[in-house]
Amino acid sequence: MEFAFTDEQQMIRDTAEAFLAEVSTSEAVRQAMVTDQGYDHELWQRICTELYWQAIHIPEAYGGLGLGYVELVAMLEQMGRYLLCSPFFSTVCLGANALIVAGTEAQKAEFLPQICDGKTATLAYTGYQSARHGGQWGADAVSTTVFRDGEDFILNGTLRYVPDGASAQLLVVAARAEGSLGAEGISLFVLSADEAGISRRLLPTMDQTRKQGEIVLTDVRVPAAALMGAEGQAWSNLEAIVDLANVALAAEQMGGAQQLLDMTVDYTKERQQFNRPIAGFQAIKHMAADMMTRVEVARSGVYYAACIAEEFLQKTELAVELPEAASVAKSYCADAYFQNASDALQMHGGVGFTWEYDVHLYFKRAKASEHFLGNGDYHRERLAQWLLDQDERGE
Amino acid sequence: MKLSFSPEDEQFRVEVAQWLQQNLTGEFEKLKFRGGPGDEHMFPHERQRWEQKLAEGGWTCIGWPQECGGRGCSIEQQVIFNEEYARAGAPGRAGHIGEGLAGPTIIAFGSDAQKQKYLPGIVAGTELWCQGYSEPGAGSDLANVKTRARFDEAKGKWLINGQKVWTSLAHESDYCFVIARTDPDSVAHKGLGFFLVKMAQPGVEVRGIQQITGTSEFNEVFFDNAECDAEDIVGEPGDGWKVAMGLLGFERGVSTLGQQMQFQNELNAVIREARANGADHNPVIRQRIARAHAELKIMRYNSMRMLSGQGGSDGSLQKEALIYKLFWATWHRSLGELAMDVLGPDSQILEDGPYQLTRLQSMYLFVRSDTIYGGTNEIQRNIIAERGLGMPKEPKVAVQ
Repeated sequence: MEFAFTDEQQMIRDTAEAFLAEVSTSEAVRQAMVTDQGYDHELWQRICTELYWQAIHIPEAYGGLGLGYVELVAMLEQMGRYLLCSPFFSTVCLGANALIVAGTEAQKAEFLPQICDGKTATLAYTGYQSARHGGQWGADAVSTTVFRDGEDFILNGTLRYVPDGASAQLLVVAARAEGSLGAEGISLFVLSADEAGISRRLLPTMDQTRKQGEIVLTDVRVPAAALMGAEGQAWSNLEAIVDLANVALAAEQMGGAQQLLDMTVDYTKERQQFNRPIAGFQAIKHMAADMMTRVEVARSGVYYAACIAEEFLQKTELAVELPEAASVAKSYCADAYFQNASDALQMHGGVGFTWEYDVHLYFKRAKASEHFLGNGDYHRERLAQWLLDQDERGE
Repeated sequence: MKLSFSPEDEQFRVEVAQWLQQNLTGEFEKLKFRGGPGDEHMFPHERQRWEQKLAEGGWTCIGWPQECGGRGCSIEQQVIFNEEYARAGAPGRAGHIGEGLAGPTIIAFGSDAQKQKYLPGIVAGTELWCQGYSEPGAGSDLANVKTRARFDEAKGKWLINGQKVWTSLAHESDYCFVIARTDPDSVAHKGLGFFLVKMAQPGVEVRGIQQITGTSEFNEVFFDNAECDAEDIVGEPGDGWKVAMGLLGFERGVSTLGQQMQFQNELNAVIREARANGADHNPVIRQRIARAHAELKIMRYNSMRMLSGQGGSDGSLQKEALIYKLFWATWHRSLGELAMDVLGPDSQILEDGPYQLTRLQSMYLFVRSDTIYGGTNEIQRNIIAERGLGMPKEPKVAVQ
């Protein structure tokens, strides 16, 4: 048991921090966020060719660096801090994870090297229904349908809230057999985003730093080779993919919460009222102390979940703890990020309400991240089901 | 960063579990799940005998160096011991102030003579300790202690005069470590001494404080020319604050893991009640139970970070340690409220008259002390803001 970063992990973290501080400045974020694809192609190319971040946890057999989830999370924290506008999350934490967890050997061999080469990807599974189901991100959110036509599969449906859904080059689509319910009948497919019958559009979003797309599938024909794993049996894999993504998202959220704390403390030390820095007022100090408490608790939750995610990928006996760890980390970090953003805005006073200061970028990103892949309430209810609705536990 | 334990450590876990299973029986059976915070007044003598039983097996002071009578266990082994101890339902440790606070202070700052005189009794579970810090006028402002220590040349002893308060288990203890002012003209944290004082003597009087629970774990301790041998001051006169602050660091060690297992037992009790009375169908209660569970889970890993990390070279605490007290105390207070809200109107009916509380009622009331003792939540926030974030210190008001 060891719960501190190794020297190598610390170095990865520090390198990411130094690079992002230089390239993901407020100015750079504001330029990228008003473009349609939502990121700077040149910067993404630099990341893919010079730093090789997109390959970090892809196994070496498929051209990746073969590092672990802890290393991935260490970088994501920094991306969250610096609001990096990039297709990293959708490509690596959704696309690559989907292939690693659910892909056939042939699919891994074909697509993972493409991702290592800079191809973008995302996961599409949330249908219109999810809002009607109270924003649930469980199996019921899969509403796209699939049926067999000879050797092929035909997909139909409308998928929403898909991160980088309008720009990603590869899609992993969740679909269910017509008439199936809940966790039954769900399959995953990997396909190129330019297949006939796919139309996509950018959904304008309040948070401009991560783009969401709507994908409409109209009689999209894919070959049997696109099916990931056994037909109709994909829910447990999809759940694991989403759990892994939530661990990654929690890391981003923790990084954002940290940055808000740092920005706010700096601001309150500068800002003078009543002839003294407002940082000296206990009302301000105590809010800042609560912000730091949330950040550090969030950090402990993220590191724990990252260790469990790694155990899951290594298929050890701790792998079964992934769903719980993901919901623990996501529920805490989602709320911590938003609360820190809320407090930061308040403590910045009037300037926190302006477009010029960066607080609003984090405030918006915090709410968007909270509602992406299930908010705190959703994940707590998920925990409650395990705690309260199953047969009495052993102890 | 890795969660799993080595095969050797897993073997150690089996050894601990087996010992507990074989020994927490007979006269000790009734101690299971008893004697934790809020329940410390229960079975004091049986719990001290349990300390001695632990000592026979070599299970006291396991983290101390072997030359001090400890077992020299690694951090991992201490984590495992605490987990298995709580899993077995073994009782709250009567010797925890000696093992966790007095002993480590003597090991770090004490003389060889003090080590020889005091450590064996702590290891053997035969001598219990209490802590004499707070005073009526020195609560959050701990440095404002008025208790005085004057060296009497004729007797060759220190004479201590003053009053301490909130001294847990003083009535059961053999010794008290006391901060007292050695320089009568000094103020604040200068001019203090750290004394090891025998409780059984004419100059020491203990009076119980009846608490919100109706019970008395906490006491007032009055010193009226209480005597302390010349060699029983730790460090030099004037070093008292430094020694006392060094001791605060020990409070955040592996013992936090045992505390968390106690919390887990309490949360499990709340969950059992909710399942029994149907509160588990209430969506608000479900959210609150899940939140308590999630935060307790994270609390464990926060402790792992505290244990795995290195503090600053100046002895300062890392950030995860700075926030820890505020976090757990607030969590525990919320658990008390959750317990009552799960029980609903039943939460108001006592176990028995005239004022016998149920375990959960007792917990609900007792946790109100958590956000007050050992640095209130408000003091914790000042410390976090000042030491963790470099925000301005509270302005000093000139002493009149």
